[in-house]
Amino acid sequence: MARIESEVGTRGSAIMKWIDDRFPFTETMKYHITEYYASKNFNWWYIFGVLAMVVLVMQLVTGIFLTMNYKPSAVEAFASVEYIMRDVEWGWLIRYMHSTGASFFFIIVYLHMFRAMLYGSYQKPRELIWLIGMLIFFVLMAEGFAGYLLPWGQMSYWGAQVIISLFGAIPFVGEALVEWIRGDYAISDITLNRFFAFHVILLPLILVALVFLHIVALHHVGSNNPDGVDIKKNKGPDGIPLDGIAFHPYHTTKDLVGIVFFLMIFSGVVFFAPDMGGYFLEHANFEPANMMATPEHIAPVWYYTPYYAILRAVPDKFWGFVLFALSVVLPVFLPWLDRSRVKSIRYRGWIYKMALSVFVVSFVTLGWLGLQPAEGTYVMLARIFSVLYFAFFLLMPYYTTIDKTKPVPDRVVYHG
Amino acid sequence: MTDDVDRNRRHFLTVATAVTGGAGVVAVAIPFLASLKPSARAQALGAPVEVPIGSLEPGEMVRVMWRGRLVYVLRRDEEMLSRLPESKDLLRDPDSAVVEQQPEFAVNEHRSLKPEYLVIEGSCTHLGCAPLAEFEVGPADDWFGGFFCPCHGSRFDLSGRVYKGVPAPTNLRVPPYRFIREDVIMIGSDAGAA
Repeated sequence: MARIESEVGTRGSAIMKWIDDRFPFTETMKYHITEYYASKNFNWWYIFGVLAMVVLVMQLVTGIFLTMNYKPSAVEAFASVEYIMRDVEWGWLIRYMHSTGASFFFIIVYLHMFRAMLYGSYQKPRELIWLIGMLIFFVLMAEGFAGYLLPWGQMSYWGAQVIISLFGAIPFVGEALVEWIRGDYAISDITLNRFFAFHVILLPLILVALVFLHIVALHHVGSNNPDGVDIKKNKGPDGIPLDGIAFHPYHTTKDLVGIVFFLMIFSGVVFFAPDMGGYFLEHANFEPANMMATPEHIAPVWYYTPYYAILRAVPDKFWGFVLFALSVVLPVFLPWLDRSRVKSIRYRGWIYKMALSVFVVSFVTLGWLGLQPAEGTYVMLARIFSVLYFAFFLLMPYYTTIDKTKPVPDRVVYHG
Repeated sequence: MTDDVDRNRRHFLTVATAVTGGAGVVAVAIPFLASLKPSARAQALGAPVEVPIGSLEPGEMVRVMWRGRLVYVLRRDEEMLSRLPESKDLLRDPDSAVVEQQPEFAVNEHRSLKPEYLVIEGSCTHLGCAPLAEFEVGPADDWFGGFFCPCHGSRFDLSGRVYKGVPAPTNLRVPPYRFIREDVIMIGSDAGAA
């Protein structure tokens, strides 16, 4: 690099000075990239933040190209998606990238959130990062929901019908609220049109803004690490954390490998199993919306099913809605529910490890149950795992207090 | 960091990574850019069109659409054809020398397959307005009848040949076409013509 700089000479640096006098370019690059120090003991759990960014960009680009041929009207929507699939050159690829991207977005975000739970990344001083992250998750759920209506297939229509009707469970204002959301007495062209506006303008704008804030907040306090150690406590004479390495080039190079690995898996799904056996694109959605006939078996896309299973487990419309909403919102309070003195699972006692395992099993099982018919044993199981799901959060202040923790080292350590 | 960094190796790996990544980006860009080309439906709608001309009287003109473009079909009478040589000195390209303005078969004075029938795109070669049919001679003594573009005053003769001293640079474009029957023209395909 030194050689190149001397060859390019002073002209390049003169241009940079001209810019830096007017805009904090070099300063921003240093603060966020070349002199942002993150712990050197990151493991593969730390790839999901950058992967979420990759998928976000991919969804934005493929989304823009889809809007060029998609028609947000009840009469034309389904046909225009088929048109994209058959008549637009490479349209099938762009659409499958978008639909597969949606599922991968949730896989990545769920793992990203789980990483925070493993290593206590939501604890002080990172509560705001967690809160902004939860907002991102909520907007993402709304984005996915609005987007799923757009192809105007059977599952689009009846899925939206069920989820929008949920709000009807709110006392007094429910029915009026549902009508207001739909903009009609039933889900119609009007609903489709406004969901299109939400999906392509309103929600993506909010999403991008929140992601920006998420990163600003992260870089302000610094990244956590698998040991949950504050690396800023031990700085060298140059003021750089002893356990920290610059985001660029060290973490970026490592992230690049992760991105390539991710793209290999992603391409495999896009090219060989874009509907993922009905999990990413439900089979009923290959039929146009029919207001006169609900599909025999109706389930939301897999990424909503844990919450959907909780909803169905409650034999009461109002309380079902309350517990459903609560199950989505509860993780917001993690920074205050968790009373442990240590962050990382490495130094927690057996109680938290067990609780977290129960949570994972409950969440995954609920997700599977949400895809099954709501009858017999399935409902019974859903009830049991719903109780466990809530217990993980509601008992947390208690069991994290009594749990025996191990001493946290002063510096990060490598395990194996 | 230690000082025994192999800078050549590092340089090679950096360049190799950048080139591979760049190739990947280009490869991904291709389908996205290709998706903006006319789709299969647009191509189907852009297929050749058949124009029946059996009822066209001498001196009469019809306007048809092909690929969203305006095409004039003019049946010239004897008198109109006889006027073609008269304006020759006033034209910029009387011999249709600009190759891309017509198929091979239309490089002649009447710029058509059959002298009687003129098939020409109604799009001024200046900025794309539709020229008006002004077939009468005069009143100016240098006007022998033809097409007049109302936008910027470009003038063309009865073969769509551009006059000198007007903004349009070239003759009106002759689309590919052929006679599939004595009284039917197919515009958009000249396979087997001439």
